[in-house]
Amino acid sequence: MVGNTENTDLTRAKKAQKFNLWLGLIGMFMMFAALSSGYIVYTASGIDKGLKTTLPNTFILSTLAIVVSSITIQLAFNAAKKKDKPKQKLFLLITMVLGIVFFASQIHSWNVLSERGIFFVSNNASQSFLYIFTGMHLAHIIAGLIVLARAYFGVSSDIPAEKSYFRIELANIFWHFLDILWIYIYVFLLLNQ
Amino acid sequence: MSSTVISHDAAHHDSHGHHQESFLSKYIFSMDHKMIAKQFLITGIIMAVFAMVLSILFRIQLAWPDKEFPLLEVFLGKWAEGGRIKPDFFLSLVTIHGTIMVFFVLTAGLSGTFSNLLIPYQIGARDMASPLMNMLSYWSFLIACIVMVASFFIESGPASAGWTIYPPLSAVPTSISGSGLGQTLWLVSMTFFIVSQVMGGVNYISTILNMRTEGMDLWKMPLTIWALFLTAIVGLLSFPVLVSAVVLLIFDRSFGTSFYLSDLVVQGQILPNEGGSPILFQHLFWFLGHPEVYIVVMPALGLTSEVISTNSRKPIFGYHAMVYSLIGITVLSFIVWGHHMFVTGMNPFLGGVFMITTLIIAVPSAVKGFNYLATLWRGNIRFTPAMMFAIGLVSFFISGGLTGLFLGNATLDINLHDTYFVVAHFHLVMGSASIFGMLCGVYHWYPKMFGRMMNAKLGYLHFWLTFLGAYLVFFPMHFMGIDGVPRRYYAFTEFPFMEKWVSVNVLVTWAAIVAGLGQLAFIYNFFSSIWFGKKATQNPWNSNTLEWTTPVEHIHGNWPGEIPAVHRWPYDYSKPGAEQDFIPQTVPFSETMSSNMPHDFEGNEEAERIQEEWNAKNK
Repeated sequence: MVGNTENTDLTRAKKAQKFNLWLGLIGMFMMFAALSSGYIVYTASGIDKGLKTTLPNTFILSTLAIVVSSITIQLAFNAAKKKDKPKQKLFLLITMVLGIVFFASQIHSWNVLSERGIFFVSNNASQSFLYIFTGMHLAHIIAGLIVLARAYFGVSSDIPAEKSYFRIELANIFWHFLDILWIYIYVFLLLNQ
Repeated sequence: MSSTVISHDAAHHDSHGHHQESFLSKYIFSMDHKMIAKQFLITGIIMAVFAMVLSILFRIQLAWPDKEFPLLEVFLGKWAEGGRIKPDFFLSLVTIHGTIMVFFVLTAGLSGTFSNLLIPYQIGARDMASPLMNMLSYWSFLIACIVMVASFFIESGPASAGWTIYPPLSAVPTSISGSGLGQTLWLVSMTFFIVSQVMGGVNYISTILNMRTEGMDLWKMPLTIWALFLTAIVGLLSFPVLVSAVVLLIFDRSFGTSFYLSDLVVQGQILPNEGGSPILFQHLFWFLGHPEVYIVVMPALGLTSEVISTNSRKPIFGYHAMVYSLIGITVLSFIVWGHHMFVTGMNPFLGGVFMITTLIIAVPSAVKGFNYLATLWRGNIRFTPAMMFAIGLVSFFISGGLTGLFLGNATLDINLHDTYFVVAHFHLVMGSASIFGMLCGVYHWYPKMFGRMMNAKLGYLHFWLTFLGAYLVFFPMHFMGIDGVPRRYYAFTEFPFMEKWVSVNVLVTWAAIVAGLGQLAFIYNFFSSIWFGKKATQNPWNSNTLEWTTPVEHIHGNWPGEIPAVHRWPYDYSKPGAEQDFIPQTVPFSETMSSNMPHDFEGNEEAERIQEEWNAKNK
């Protein structure tokens, strides 16, 4: 009896924690929604505002990296469902590497932009917004990489299988969110270039 | 059947719940919702006293602008050289008073306390969904408080750009002394505060949606829970927007970007920033800032709904209407922010749109006001101190709400904007109303928090001093506002048209001082009752909600055995035919055959048939 109820207790707590993550995602989305509307309001304030450039091609590489990483994290999660440890580790590792590739590619994009004379500190704040969007997203990517690393160590250490499964489940949701968030930002910027 | 009920039988409970707790794990790093609620409350009370002292300091300046008070220099040193508060420091006092009251007292102190205390208790849960996040939420809040207070001890003084931190004053560190390190500390403090609010809010929503006990469907939740739930949703959707606004502000302050800055000359020097728009900040800020005032007032409305119903010994009038009006306020709160910005050169058409949405908020607010009055109407009223404060809230909510109709009107606002009329309006409808809601909650749930009762006589003294004091302080301000006296002005003697108001300021300041002293009755009552108050019984107010079915002694997990299931809504007071004038939510209909009504069964034909049989037999 006690064992059973403890189980329901746990399932319920997990359900609630997963729900917490979804709510957190809503909060993060609101932050970027605010930046988007800030961008629109600012850019509409004068004809001299706006990006005044095309987006660097390196963004395409970033997009590829993060979309593929979304697939690999899903594969890791599927492997976790089948309790296939080596596959989980492999796909988690690939996801992390792709995450780092994304990170590097974004930083490189900043270099490309500043070579074109588009700097963060600028009297056309639309251009500063470009750095804010990507920078804030990268801050989330760092958090995502930590979550992935935690899931990876969950698989490789001997914590209970259920716990490690739960970690991958949450990491999976979060990483997909980061992917979708980037696509949103990219499309938003493309529409405004 | 019991699949959703968590059962902790006694034996299991002992082995797991009563492990030796050290002082640190029990009182400091506690993850228990009841302890965290007390932590929020006591921190909130300390911050409230601090912010109140600040207000009395600037009131002294407003009443006696040319007089010297050597005592002030003793305490404030260079900020009151020669016994007169300096203009820069005056602005700091106003700023930090507003910040602490709005965010630390009426947001964290109010929501933090009662969400933590009541959500698990009233929905029948052992604790919050994530106790760890709950603890972190309190700790972030405490750090925010410490950083904010610490800004009084730095060379350049605390932030002084107003609680709304409009740029350029907040964005150019060299503009006034408070814009330097003081403003930076303000931003640091607010970052911790937002973290605290988001973590807390996420937890509250998740707990309410996922951890309700058996039978507790959404329409059986007390209005307190509805209010706290919707408040948390508003917070979750609006605080992240403030993060964005603040991030941009930080970059403007410290990295030279121009999101908000343009064409500025500070102390003879032309600033390099070009092309920014301070209006952009106002849009982002008020997108949080307006929902924030509902974050402040909605929990207070929820608490008083419960207290008014319990102490009128009547069901709350229009339960569904109360919920729908809270939902209405929640939705509308996000589309009215522009009414803070009517005079920024806003397109008149847009101003008209914001005016209409703003005035529509009067509808749900009026529904709530009428429902309170209808609940009180011919009730068997018990004037407990909590009830007095609840009725006080209704009074403030109505008298302050009415002036909202004037300010919400875009044309009238041109005259009234940034005058004392605004100060009077929001101090009544949001400040006093929420403080009264919070105090009402403290008096009502004190027995649940500390297992003892507060002294009622001191409670009445506290109520009358505060109630009359608040009206004497804020009511005269309406007239000053109509005369065009701007808020935040340092010396009334500097402007001929304002000089005649100095005598009113003297009245207001004395009222503030007396009301401030009245709070000593509360502070003494609150702290001494923890140890010396009369011992509380399990259900001292004969209330229906679940928290009163828990033992007086706090235990880990709240209920010693299984969590009770819920069978009815929380407002069965004075039900015709019932033995007592209250029927707790845990009592099944089978035990109250004499008072059941056909609509109680929500269309369950079997139950209706049994009831009819019983009725036929017992007539």
